[in-house]
Amino acid sequence: MSIEQTVNANVKPQTFSDGSPMLASTWSDAPGFWGWLTTIDHKRIGKRYIATAFVFFVLGGLLALAMRTQLIKPENGLMGPDRYNQLFSMHGTSMMFLFAVPIMEAVAVYIVPLMVGTRNIAFPRLNAFSYWVYLFGGVMIWIAFAMNVGPEAGWFSYVPLASSDFSPGKRTDFWAQMITFTEVSALAIAVELVATILKTRAPGMTLARMPLFVWSMLVTSFMVIFAMPAVMLSSSFLIADRLVGTHFYNAAEGGDALLWQHLFWFFGHPEVYIIFLPALGMVSSIVETFSRRPIFARTAMTLALIATGFFAFGLWVHHMFATGLPALGNSFYTAASMVIAIPSGVQIFAWIATIGSGRPYFATPLLFVFGFFAIFVLGGLTGVMLASVPLDLQVHDTYFVVAHFHYVLIGGAVFPLFGAFYYWFPKFTGRMLDETLGKWNFWLFFVGFNVTFFPMHYLGLIGMPRRVYTYPTGLGWDIWNLIATLGGYVIGVSVLIFIVNVVRSLRNGALAGDNPWHAPSLEWATSSPPPSYNFAAIPCVESAVPLWSSREELPALSGVREDRREILLTRATDAEPQITWGMPAPSIWPLVSSFAVTLLFIWSIFDSWGVIWGTLPLAVALTGWFWPRKDDRGLKSEKE
Amino acid sequence: MSSHCRNSGRLLFILCVIVYLCACDREKREYRTAPLPENGPHAETLSALQPGASAPPASDPRGREYENNAYHINQGERLYRWFNCNGCHAAGGGDIGPALMDDQWRYGGNIDQIYATIMDGRPFGMPSFRGKIPDTQAWEIAAYVRALSGNVPKDAAPSRREGMSATPPLSQTPKQPPKNSEQEPPH
Amino acid sequence: MNALQSALAPAADQAQAIDGIWHLMLWICVPMYVLVLIGMAVVILRMRRVAPEFTPATPSDTQISRGLTLWVIVIVAGLIVLTLGSFFVDRRLIPGAQADVNIRITAQQWWWRVEYVSADASQRFMTANELHLPLGKTVHIDLMSGDVIHSFWVPNLSGKRDLIPGRTNTIELTPRQLGTFRGQCAEFCGLQHAKMAMLVFVDNENDFKAWWQRQVQARNELPSDVAKQGEQLFVSSTCAMCHTVRGTTAGSLAGPDLTHLASRHTLAAGALPLNAGSLAAWLADPQQQKPGTNMPTIDLEPDQLNALVAYLLSLK
Repeated sequence: MSIEQTVNANVKPQTFSDGSPMLASTWSDAPGFWGWLTTIDHKRIGKRYIATAFVFFVLGGLLALAMRTQLIKPENGLMGPDRYNQLFSMHGTSMMFLFAVPIMEAVAVYIVPLMVGTRNIAFPRLNAFSYWVYLFGGVMIWIAFAMNVGPEAGWFSYVPLASSDFSPGKRTDFWAQMITFTEVSALAIAVELVATILKTRAPGMTLARMPLFVWSMLVTSFMVIFAMPAVMLSSSFLIADRLVGTHFYNAAEGGDALLWQHLFWFFGHPEVYIIFLPALGMVSSIVETFSRRPIFARTAMTLALIATGFFAFGLWVHHMFATGLPALGNSFYTAASMVIAIPSGVQIFAWIATIGSGRPYFATPLLFVFGFFAIFVLGGLTGVMLASVPLDLQVHDTYFVVAHFHYVLIGGAVFPLFGAFYYWFPKFTGRMLDETLGKWNFWLFFVGFNVTFFPMHYLGLIGMPRRVYTYPTGLGWDIWNLIATLGGYVIGVSVLIFIVNVVRSLRNGALAGDNPWHAPSLEWATSSPPPSYNFAAIPCVESAVPLWSSREELPALSGVREDRREILLTRATDAEPQITWGMPAPSIWPLVSSFAVTLLFIWSIFDSWGVIWGTLPLAVALTGWFWPRKDDRGLKSEKE
Repeated sequence: MSSHCRNSGRLLFILCVIVYLCACDREKREYRTAPLPENGPHAETLSALQPGASAPPASDPRGREYENNAYHINQGERLYRWFNCNGCHAAGGGDIGPALMDDQWRYGGNIDQIYATIMDGRPFGMPSFRGKIPDTQAWEIAAYVRALSGNVPKDAAPSRREGMSATPPLSQTPKQPPKNSEQEPPH
Repeated sequence: MNALQSALAPAADQAQAIDGIWHLMLWICVPMYVLVLIGMAVVILRMRRVAPEFTPATPSDTQISRGLTLWVIVIVAGLIVLTLGSFFVDRRLIPGAQADVNIRITAQQWWWRVEYVSADASQRFMTANELHLPLGKTVHIDLMSGDVIHSFWVPNLSGKRDLIPGRTNTIELTPRQLGTFRGQCAEFCGLQHAKMAMLVFVDNENDFKAWWQRQVQARNELPSDVAKQGEQLFVSSTCAMCHTVRGTTAGSLAGPDLTHLASRHTLAAGALPLNAGSLAAWLADPQQQKPGTNMPTIDLEPDQLNALVAYLLSLK
């Protein structure tokens, strides 16, 4: 059947949320709890992903407050070194692995299919599976922590400190296995997003017209695909070293402790950009919408994203300048780390220029974007400082670095994320967040953040190292630590206000309507929250700002079948329609499979045979998952 | 966010509280000896050597704490080297001192018996370390010696150490319950 | 400002060079930041409250594009200056071929084993947690680790260098200022990472030689009977299992060398000042002062404690 027959070319105006009852029943989930367990709707999974990641954010933040309280004065006796080490290890682990990366992917899982104008994410069962695996991994490490088996060697787990010789028991094994959980889920999502972005874009949405958020997620997903295997390798080596006594990291037997650092940072540095690039995409979306003009220098912005993604893999050694690697080689990494400032500078300029030359409308999302500018640029500049080998040798592993990466990660990722949350909350829920509380949320966060982290630059320069559970008095550190701790509490209040805002708005928020911000991208073409099928007809795109250039009515394609779960596949470059693709139906097997995976992973912490016997339940689950079934609408072939 | 999300969040919280309350001691980092029980068996035994083969010494409750705790066993491993236990017992296979990684025990293979052996010494070469090695450390070494023959929980046993290894990781060692040797010590 | 442990108060050639690059960075980065803030301020000030229904703008971007080009040129120029500056400073930190003093430091959980190396075997000695350096001389320190990764960092003198098991790193220091500086382990190394510090004394040449001559000798004559009792206890009890006092039978290398303990200024790798009170507190219960340290808590009678304190304080 040719594509012309499948997809009628009749272009007609369309309200995208009033699909036929048949369409609605095709895409709906089973009712009740069973439907909750079996759903493969990217919106439901995206929402629960976001909620889960946010819970880990709050938990990680509480740990940070506990640490700051311990450091409020010198020689404080609130907790001992063992507890403190677990706290900062869990804080880093939660924030990096369970919050920052997952929540960016979670937002993408929700938004990207809507932005590209399709009905579900590609490989939706894999998507459900990735959520459950992520959830179980996160719950596992937190239960372990609560049982005093939390990681104690930091979120970076440098060997030999993380080896069984210096971290006895199962603490680090739980950490390493948590890595495996999050890797599996992150890789799964990356693959889904690449497929979704390259193959399911609405007709007419060429690569050049793709929203910058989608571009950023495309680059990010490729980065995940290239970066995660390195940490998968390193953590598997660590598990093997600890569990069965291999010698990958044992210097005496020909291994090398630095191998861990190379592998870990080959992942760990791109990881920072994996967190940061989606945030850039969010900023671009917000800036474009609230400036009421197409983003300035789109092509340069896109190239900047790609360049950042590319260079991110060339500067991992700047975490290792103090290890005594050859000096000339280090200089190369200095240069590479400096170069990455250029694309960031281009983007900052383009955003400010966009706002300046547009007709900006002030609301909380834009406020967070301005906060992002102020904080992130400072973090970027201290990043330039850290790229310099000699200066890094002074401030490496001091509070200067703590300040730097909180400026980059909170300023560069959490501020845009909060902005994005205010921006897309109406789409998620159909209700607006409260603007007044939003402004309180922003200002307390902004002030609290700077009070907490700005003094840390100075603390690092006057000699305070990181990861110390206490410090002596008389070195001039006391007052700055006190100030930083007080600032930390202000951040806590701010996040509390945010939670109050969300809870209140869920019940009583103003109704949003389809497109409360008059935004230009496709996710705003359908209702808020979108129906299960996203779009009643497949929208057609004629520019980079589709809802602005066809303000009255967006053209749409009909002809994608409504009696089964079907989406339109388009060409990767110019988004010409190619074929329709049957999508799978909801299924319990992703959940069952993730149980089996969890069993295998946890079993293998305690017994190497778990790796062998644990595959049996997994094989059963996967067989169930892929078993061809007649009533599986999605799997029927094209020829009928 | 659906109510299911909130429910599972609440469930998670309750779960956390429960596991925290029943957190096991296997991973505890305890830096000092547990306080002595008032009339415990510690009280002034000069030797666990007793007339008659069958009367086992009263077991010291602290022994279990040490041999079930990963941190203590690991510290014991370090001290075993620092205090030159390997000078006679090698990596556990025995040299001029008897092997410690088998199931043969002349003076008993329970942790408090090993503790007594370290503290009081034994005929034919095992010196007494009482007054030299403090209580905590003697218990830790005894726990490690137990691990050499696989007599500690698998998830508390040390795995490979940094450095050259003569033996497979102790977490892989099969358990060999102690048999008290019938034969006379060699002359 | 307290200058005991600060990168902002350089007291050696190396730290001085790094301080230079720090100021260069500051002078380039701060104006850049101010530029961004000005840009933001202009945009915000020109912003008017517009209703959301407002139609999208389609301004011409030619002017702004020129601005972007200029901006990129400014960034690139700044980065080139910084990269070159950083490169040349980095070259100055590379140890040369010859040094006037050679020291070997082996980091242990959670203290520093210090060995002063000399071609003359009788001039070698071992100490712990304290360095003495001669003013204006080039010092090479070989850095090794006995267990996990640590990092040697005395910010007033130079940047940090890791001590990694299986590797030897070398750092060069050329102190230019008399005084006392503090250093601290800068790579997370376990429970007591926070209390793994050292003091560095920069002496003039004569003081340095005198100190060296004192350190190579065995322990001095004991001044009192109490001290002699203390030594008796030391060599016959737990202490000798880990520590060395040259001139006695105590010769274990598991813990710090205590031959000249009383000539040092701190205890337990900088965790406590060295005086009778803190020494007694430390001996009575090290796990209270530094939880997790490998020094065990042992039962000591009060008179035993006094004897040990008297003995250790006599080890000048």
